[in-house]
Amino acid sequence: MAMSMLRQAVAALGTALLGSCRDLAPIVIVIAVFQGLILGQPLPEFFSIAMGLGLVVLGLALFVVGLDIGLFPLGETLAEEFARKGSLAWLLVFSFMLGSGTTVAEPALIAITREGALAVSEAGLIPGTQESIAGYALGVRLTVAVSVGVAIVIGVLRILRGWPLPYFILGGYGLVMLMTLFAPKEIIGLAYDLGGVTTSTVTVPLVTALGVGLARTIRGRDPLTDGFGLIALASLTPMIFVMVYGLVMH
Amino acid sequence: MEILFNPVRLLLATAKDVVPVLALLVFFQMVVLRQPIPRPRRIVFGFFLVLVGMACFLGGLDLALFPVGRSMAKMLTENAGGGAVSWTAYGWVYLFAFMVGFSTTIAEPSLIAVANKAQEASKRTVSAMGLRVAVALGVAVGISLGTFRIVTGTPLYLYILVGYSMVAIQTMVAPKVIVPLAYDSGGVTTSTVTVPLVTALGLGIASNVPDRSPILDGFGLIAFASLFPIISVLGYAQVAQWMIRRKG
Repeated sequence: MAMSMLRQAVAALGTALLGSCRDLAPIVIVIAVFQGLILGQPLPEFFSIAMGLGLVVLGLALFVVGLDIGLFPLGETLAEEFARKGSLAWLLVFSFMLGSGTTVAEPALIAITREGALAVSEAGLIPGTQESIAGYALGVRLTVAVSVGVAIVIGVLRILRGWPLPYFILGGYGLVMLMTLFAPKEIIGLAYDLGGVTTSTVTVPLVTALGVGLARTIRGRDPLTDGFGLIALASLTPMIFVMVYGLVMH
Repeated sequence: MEILFNPVRLLLATAKDVVPVLALLVFFQMVVLRQPIPRPRRIVFGFFLVLVGMACFLGGLDLALFPVGRSMAKMLTENAGGGAVSWTAYGWVYLFAFMVGFSTTIAEPSLIAVANKAQEASKRTVSAMGLRVAVALGVAVGISLGTFRIVTGTPLYLYILVGYSMVAIQTMVAPKVIVPLAYDSGGVTTSTVTVPLVTALGLGIASNVPDRSPILDGFGLIAFASLFPIISVLGYAQVAQWMIRRKG
């Protein structure tokens, strides 16, 4: 069994390697065109760049193959079990933990909240001491984590009940627009950007597998129409929650 | 020169991302649902590949793409316009923004994952590559327009307002099945590859164009990159539907 698994993996890896070469080609072309033709400069440290590109291609291929044999099947099995057992409370607990747990430690989120807190302190909204900046950044980070957890919970309920997604999304963005009028100016750009950065490379495939798995198992739901939409909600709620946070704090 | 590629540190950092997720899944499957894990060795092997893959990918980005991308963004924004106030002096910057937006989105791992899932869930009526190109075009236009906004200093919320009105109108007329997927592609696009490069571009422009503050004007590019793919994916579905109708 181990041998056939290995052989399958090697075959899949070969296809994936070709695919990731194709995926990386546009970046290589852009760099070559701009560096060579427009800026008129040769590439610095050619060797390290070639090695780096090789690693990126290999990494992308391994990631895609690994998703197919590890993350996707486990996520979908879990979604099916939840749907079959009908333990709604546990499903919602799981959804919240999945959303908030994977967000709170996200490196991109940590970096951007720190920059945001610095900007807010320079604008004079909070004291410029180390503790107050770090506290503010942590506050925003926890707010975002909770908001993503809430988003996944709402999104899973939506799949179970078959509520149409556009009401949530368009209503949500209406709310964002309305709050933009009242929230402190310094936090608006940060809040808007936070919507995009929260969903990480591991979370996205898993959340997608959860949604599609649920929609596939529940009778009357379509995997395409009902299974997608969790990521959209998870990009929306952080904007609302962070602007509320800004309103409360100032 | 400090060593940029440190495999052990990278693997540990990736493990911090991947292991809690695996633990959460295993806990719920075995303890809460009391079900065995199907083909456990295969799944563990898959997670291992994800872990190693992400470590290689991130390490490679740090080694090759990020330094080059950042220095190019810096050089372009420093030379462009020569401190000019007129927005027309920044042509290369818009073009660069467009191309960076497109090419980084095509290489974005989470988008690849979602596109493959969409192809499978739609029984191949949605093509994974077609979807990715549509999303990448959306990001490219979004970021290009975003740099134009920074150069001109026009308010962010106006663009967002117009964009979402567009999304609202398209939602009413586009094929219903594509709508959730289109909304999702907005959030998916901006992660590992795109965010660092785009942020560098935004901050570079905001600090080189006269009268712009990196704090107030540097943010907001990511918001553009999340908004425009929704429009382009809905548009892609509309065009596809129109072509099918015309044929039939």
